[in-house]
Amino acid sequence: MAEFENDEIKMTDRVKGLIDNLFAEMPQIEADRAVLVTESYMATENLPIIKRRALAFCHILENIPITIRDEELIVGSSTKKPRSCQVFPEYSFEWLEDELDTVAERSADPFYISEENKEILRGVFPYWRGKTNSDLALSYMAPETLCAMKHNVFTPGNYFYNGIGHITVDYKKILQKGFKGLMREAAEELESCKVYMPEYSKKHEFLESVIVCADAAVKYAKRYSSLAREMAEKTSDGRRKQELLRISDICARVPENGAENFYEACQSFWFIQMLLQIESSGHSISPGRFDQYMYPFYKADIDAGRITPEFAQELIDCIWVKFNDLNKVRDAASAEGFAGYSLFQNLCAGGQTRDGRDATNDLSYMCIRASMHTQLPAPSFSVRVWNGTPNEFMLKAAELTRTGVGLPAYYNDEIIIPSMMNRGITLEEARDYNIIGCVEPQISAKTDGWHDAAFFNMCRPVELVFSNGVEDGETVGLKTGELSEFSTFDEFFDAYKKQMSYEIGLMVNADNAIDVAHSERCPLPFQSSMVDDCIKRGKSIQEGGAVYNFTGPQGFGIANMTDALYAIKKLVYEDKKYSLYDFKSAMDCNFGEPFSPVAAQAATAKTANHLAAQGKTLSEKDIEDIFRTFLNGLCGPEEKARFAKMKEDIEGLPKYGNDIPEIDLFAREIAYTYTKEVEKYKNPRGGQYQAGLYPVSANVPLGQQTGATPDARLASTPIADGVGPCSGRDVKGPTAAANSVAKLDHGIASNGTLYNQKFHPSALRGQTGLQNFAAYIRAFFDQKGMHMQFNVVSRETLIDAQNHPEKYKSLVVRVAGYSALFTTLSRSLQDDIINRTEQAFNR
Amino acid sequence: MSNINEVTGRIFDIQRYSIHDGPGIRTIVFMKGCPLRCKWCCNPEGQKHDIQEMNFAGRNKIVGRDVTVSEVMEEIMQDLPYYRRSGGGITLSGGECLFQPKFGLALLEAAKNAGLSTAIETTGFSTWEIYRSYLTLTDHVLMDIKNINNEKHMHFCGQSNERILENARRAAEEHSDITIRVPVIPGFNDTEKEISDIAFFAKSLRGVKKLNLLPYHRLGMDKYSALGRKYELADLPLIEEEKMYRLLAAAEKSGLDCKIGG
Repeated sequence: MAEFENDEIKMTDRVKGLIDNLFAEMPQIEADRAVLVTESYMATENLPIIKRRALAFCHILENIPITIRDEELIVGSSTKKPRSCQVFPEYSFEWLEDELDTVAERSADPFYISEENKEILRGVFPYWRGKTNSDLALSYMAPETLCAMKHNVFTPGNYFYNGIGHITVDYKKILQKGFKGLMREAAEELESCKVYMPEYSKKHEFLESVIVCADAAVKYAKRYSSLAREMAEKTSDGRRKQELLRISDICARVPENGAENFYEACQSFWFIQMLLQIESSGHSISPGRFDQYMYPFYKADIDAGRITPEFAQELIDCIWVKFNDLNKVRDAASAEGFAGYSLFQNLCAGGQTRDGRDATNDLSYMCIRASMHTQLPAPSFSVRVWNGTPNEFMLKAAELTRTGVGLPAYYNDEIIIPSMMNRGITLEEARDYNIIGCVEPQISAKTDGWHDAAFFNMCRPVELVFSNGVEDGETVGLKTGELSEFSTFDEFFDAYKKQMSYEIGLMVNADNAIDVAHSERCPLPFQSSMVDDCIKRGKSIQEGGAVYNFTGPQGFGIANMTDALYAIKKLVYEDKKYSLYDFKSAMDCNFGEPFSPVAAQAATAKTANHLAAQGKTLSEKDIEDIFRTFLNGLCGPEEKARFAKMKEDIEGLPKYGNDIPEIDLFAREIAYTYTKEVEKYKNPRGGQYQAGLYPVSANVPLGQQTGATPDARLASTPIADGVGPCSGRDVKGPTAAANSVAKLDHGIASNGTLYNQKFHPSALRGQTGLQNFAAYIRAFFDQKGMHMQFNVVSRETLIDAQNHPEKYKSLVVRVAGYSALFTTLSRSLQDDIINRTEQAFNR
Repeated sequence: MSNINEVTGRIFDIQRYSIHDGPGIRTIVFMKGCPLRCKWCCNPEGQKHDIQEMNFAGRNKIVGRDVTVSEVMEEIMQDLPYYRRSGGGITLSGGECLFQPKFGLALLEAAKNAGLSTAIETTGFSTWEIYRSYLTLTDHVLMDIKNINNEKHMHFCGQSNERILENARRAAEEHSDITIRVPVIPGFNDTEKEISDIAFFAKSLRGVKKLNLLPYHRLGMDKYSALGRKYELADLPLIEEEKMYRLLAAAEKSGLDCKIGG
């Protein structure tokens, strides 16, 4: 067995101070980038778009304010204030324009913005009207697609409003050769591209743009070098002076040149990571296999006695803090779906080497320790587990889980590698996968995965079967027939599949429209320069320059749909206890229960629209009355009792999550209605669609827009998160729940599946607790489960944190594929996390 | 010989993912019926062999069902991957698992045949012949010793401890993996002397390696009213953590490997 450097290293006071500074103030919206990108665009209107992007990037890097925060060892900040963000008007801006005065007050991810910055932004926005990426995307979408989006069947909001991100670039190449090496590579390619070649025009523009960007990055680092030197001259603190001078030397050398030691590699890494996030507003820019590409630098320094493990750990800890310094403002609705200020910078440790040996090394452990030290939500830290993963590594990871920070997430090589090979990736490359964003596997430096391409609400097609495709007078789905026409369950289920497949087709239309818009309006030369084979092909990632191209939209609601369709199958067709009409009226009346205020509001608006469409005029009082009716429940006592009985009958049925083969295999079939349909489609970059099964945190806001479902889920309540059972419906403990989840076909959902578990801290107590916990994960993985992540915090603690947020400012919890500060989440998402079934022990 | 899979017995629960009753991840089969009547018992529905009705807030629940070994094994085997990874398996508990020997032994044999680790959690109250036959099929024995003082034992558990102590002695001669468990109950055995007596007795037994002190809890209280019974210890305080550590220290003087909790 390999020997690991595993003595305890404590967190330094410096790192603690950096963390305190991070949270000293509320995050802010800064306006510098918005001004600079606008200036540059105004000056480059006649140039090809790729060149305009490069020049804008360069203009920003030359002029954006830079800062070195107190006591930093790793430098490079895109904003003056910590945890603040810049604005990217080229993607979309109308939502921000509308929310400028409310963004500081909203419930999910509020940002402070000064009056001055509001004025500046109001000044630049008019230039962008009609010119943004989302304007173009919108114009490419079919009318029926827009209608389905309006009715919340699916939402591609993420890439519609923002950059794509969701990528892991070739950090290794830059660490080794520097941007100088990259420029040389581009120059050589430029040399070989002759003027008479058909690809010449576009290719030489692209390659020139690559060089402009790389050069800009080098100069940007040199600005830090000068700043550090100035600061060193001014400080009277001798220790800090030395540190600043060293920073100055390092920034003068990297990322221009290849790193010569671990410290330089750390600094070079950080410049790449942050600059990618100045170029575009895409999130999930994921560092990937940090422990692998950084290791040679660490090893060489340690062997030569140039660095102590303690100092190396401090540098890693500093990088961990920096991940949390970056931020992004999203529109209010998206902020609900991605709550917790997360950028999903996913960093992975462990797993296998390209030739199939265990890859765990000292840095893998140091990554765990950095998350242990900093206890921060970022990076989204993942560990890869395979049959050869050392138990020691599993136990260290479990120790981190036990702290309750929600990290790491565990990934199963034994299913992910074959699932990637099924998408045409070679064995060697598949072994080298890393995780993007929440849970999405891909091959680093070669893939444009378009992971997270849309949220697809699998509950909506069943509503469309009940409404025969028409909602509020608008045709949203197919006419699958009147309820009386479904004489067998199979006919009903077929109608569900038809609605599903129709809506998936519309979602593909939306994604492809957005995809094309990005290639035409926002190609990214800097990002593309570090992904194969963009330089060779002479085109950006957005135009199909990457070796592997995918689009991965994620479906969610499997648990609800399994329980719902099973209820219909059993109660309508087998026991003949209720008719489909009974179900319809129960759902319309929310099973006799009062509507929540949110649901009542939505229902009121729908009814009012409906009546207005029929030509009726409504007074304010009428509307108020309708609202009250919804709030108080729609039915009389007799009906109420009938619906209550029906609800009880539904709740009494066997449920997904209890290791009942009949139900779980049904869930597998329902998941196929999404996964097998999605993979039929192609994207404009020449790649395939692949399904994911996870909701990020959108199961809460999108649940709010979903009526009552046949599984007796009430209107506007959350939909089940991830591939797990509905909250509280799994009653046979964590092994039974995991067995159910493992019965889904995870291999086909190659864009990732997400399984949240909540454990009471007592489950992980002591060394035996850790051993059993590790065994639990391995046994789920033996059954080809793909992913698992845990909240280890007691229900009482979370409730106390809701009531006394001031006491729990640093309480980090697992939301979906990421962790976030609990107190920054909206109340409804907090409730959702509290209500997830807690796997405790009855003794 | 009749087919062990067809043997029937009476159980009141099967609990998966138990991590405190023997090594690894285990499934516990709670068998119905127990000769003791410990006043603090957290599974009072396991005491009577009869099938009973419990009433929780107006809802009736039947406790107790007759099952065959193969039915139980089918559920047990659903967690095979977890046993394999953790070294876990099946634990027979109750009630008193020695109380239905035909079924208990058949179940242990079936589990052994399936390659599972086996454990029993027992009061040790039965004839030596029965207990002995269990030991041959059991990897890990978790045996309660509640008090060395027979009078107190009679009063709080409804039976003499003589047979229990005698069975403990004999078991320890034949089995090498016995853990002694002591439910620590205020007013019954929560003095350093009483705990120390148990620990030194346990230490004198060859096959005993470990001793667990299980602090009193009231988790079973609601079940008494559900069964229409009175919970006699309703006013009993919980034991403070600091006191548990004192008792632990007293037990540790015996030289056994002692801990709080299972």
